[in-house]
Amino acid sequence: MELLWILIKIIIVFTVVMIHVMYATYFERKVIGHMQVRMGPMRVGWHGVLQPIADGIKAFFKEDIIPTAADKKVFYAAPLICLISALSAVAVIPFFETFAIANINIGLLYIFAMSSLASYGVVLAGWSSNSKYSFLGGLRSSAQVISYEIAMGLSLVGVMMLAGSLNLSDIVHAQMQSSYKIYLIPQIIGFFVFVVAMFAETNRTPFDLPEAESELVAGYCTEYSGMRFALFFMAEYIGMIVMSCLAVICFLGGWSGPFEVPGIPFFWFILKAYFFIFLYYWVRATLPRYRYDQLMALGWKVLIPLALFNILLTGTIKSLIG
Amino acid sequence: MVQLLFFYFALVVIGLGLRIVTCKNPVHSVLLMLLLFFHMAGLYLLLNAEFLAAVQVIVYAGAILVLYLFVLFLVNLREEIKMSPFVQKGKWAGLVAALALLITFLRGVFNFTLGPHGQYTIEKVQQITHTKAMGEAIYTTYILPFEIAGLILLVAVIGGLALAKKEDKGA
Amino acid sequence: MIPGTYLPTEYLPILIMLLFATGFGVVTLWVGRFFRLRRPYAEKLIAYESGNPPSAPPRFRFSIKFYLIAILFVVFDVEAIFLYPWALVYDKIGIFAVVEMFLFIFLLLVGYAYAWRKEALEWER
Repeated sequence: MELLWILIKIIIVFTVVMIHVMYATYFERKVIGHMQVRMGPMRVGWHGVLQPIADGIKAFFKEDIIPTAADKKVFYAAPLICLISALSAVAVIPFFETFAIANINIGLLYIFAMSSLASYGVVLAGWSSNSKYSFLGGLRSSAQVISYEIAMGLSLVGVMMLAGSLNLSDIVHAQMQSSYKIYLIPQIIGFFVFVVAMFAETNRTPFDLPEAESELVAGYCTEYSGMRFALFFMAEYIGMIVMSCLAVICFLGGWSGPFEVPGIPFFWFILKAYFFIFLYYWVRATLPRYRYDQLMALGWKVLIPLALFNILLTGTIKSLIG
Repeated sequence: MVQLLFFYFALVVIGLGLRIVTCKNPVHSVLLMLLLFFHMAGLYLLLNAEFLAAVQVIVYAGAILVLYLFVLFLVNLREEIKMSPFVQKGKWAGLVAALALLITFLRGVFNFTLGPHGQYTIEKVQQITHTKAMGEAIYTTYILPFEIAGLILLVAVIGGLALAKKEDKGA
Repeated sequence: MIPGTYLPTEYLPILIMLLFATGFGVVTLWVGRFFRLRRPYAEKLIAYESGNPPSAPPRFRFSIKFYLIAILFVVFDVEAIFLYPWALVYDKIGIFAVVEMFLFIFLLLVGYAYAWRKEALEWER
């Protein structure tokens, strides 16, 4: 019985996340299109609403090209690692009161662990393809992800200190009881560091050097085609959704809102998460790409000291005020 | 059930360990090692040590294995290097040393007795969560080892950089 | 409770989720095998290099900087791990915990300053 309930929850969350992944690609093209005074996809269905379905079908039927020089086993495993790590991170996210697939005490650490795994998929994809572009893309990605992972971990220490827990539901509850209702205000430095690291962790513009198309073709997934490429794509978008949800939970008060929306307990959560996903598109349409040395300098010389300063500041203030 | 899970995790860890050592392709070894670390995390979970399970994945799988991977890429073994064994003549000596090590381990295992129970019973750990129990122990009782660990990490940074990064001469 | 007899049931959904995600990936790839085209030929299967045949082996030696970053990452990651349990209990222990963490972070900053001085954090040069 217990098992059945877990499976039902997983299937619900999986379906919802997958639909969001599909329409995240659609809205990305639409939003960026309109920002650049274009229409975006218009052909398939009304204003192109069926475009993601068409894309999915196309990817499914495309030829699966496996280069002769590739290391087959690793080449097969790499997209799966990306997908598994992205998808299983969703398991601990509480979408509303009492609804999370798994309510574990170390939810935050679990998400860190899974996001650090995602970089393996990328670097192994780059290595196994046996192509220069892929290899460089993979290397860049892993160096970038590990650099920003520290900044991300440190930026959330402030939240842990205020909430006194690593359980994501407890963090939201602690926020509701705090004086500002959301941790955005006392943790503004942490929030800033987190948002920048969030963009870098998901390899999105302005930090999309691993797949910088003007110099590396398609980066680590140059040699991938068809469904395997689609798995990388899904993993990237699920990663974006997970990071947005994490930002909502840790800084914007999760599912809590100014008033209860009857019947839709996840209303505020979804609304806030959409804001972050929109932010991803907005930044992509607005900012140019960083240079690699600038990216590393930002991570190591700005974000990490800022995050450490935030920890010391939070510790001092909280132990003084009590 | 717990025993069954324990034997599953333990056997997979041993099996994967052997496979990793015998694997010809070092990158495949790294991939298997990733799987191995997950099973280790499973073992920690069975011991109710969830924080350690997470740390196992974050530090070993997330950090140390990346370093291994970079080392592999850095030395770039295009084809396997056929090297003669490091020790040519001491084959028997090696065997004796290995046996002695095995006996030492076995003696250690059979002479193992549980120490007295501390204040952290399972009920208490469950109640205050494992992370907090660890935190309380580290930052009160074991404060000196903790600061020493900080010092060792400092040595590691300096040592690693001093070895890997040459001094710019004349620049 | 006796140690080693208690099953961490709250992690069961995680296990199922991992299996589910693996299953989803494997099944979509496997089912697709029966539907997709398969027309390989030698030129299609060589590594992409803007249409030219690949020059020089692809797994070249790369800059040692990646390796330096990885070393720094391992150390800083362990330091960050020490911060997590501290962040949960420091208000219970009081001012003493804050002081000891100041000391720890100071040690961390010494290493950080050394890395900065050694220009391990610069990408160019």
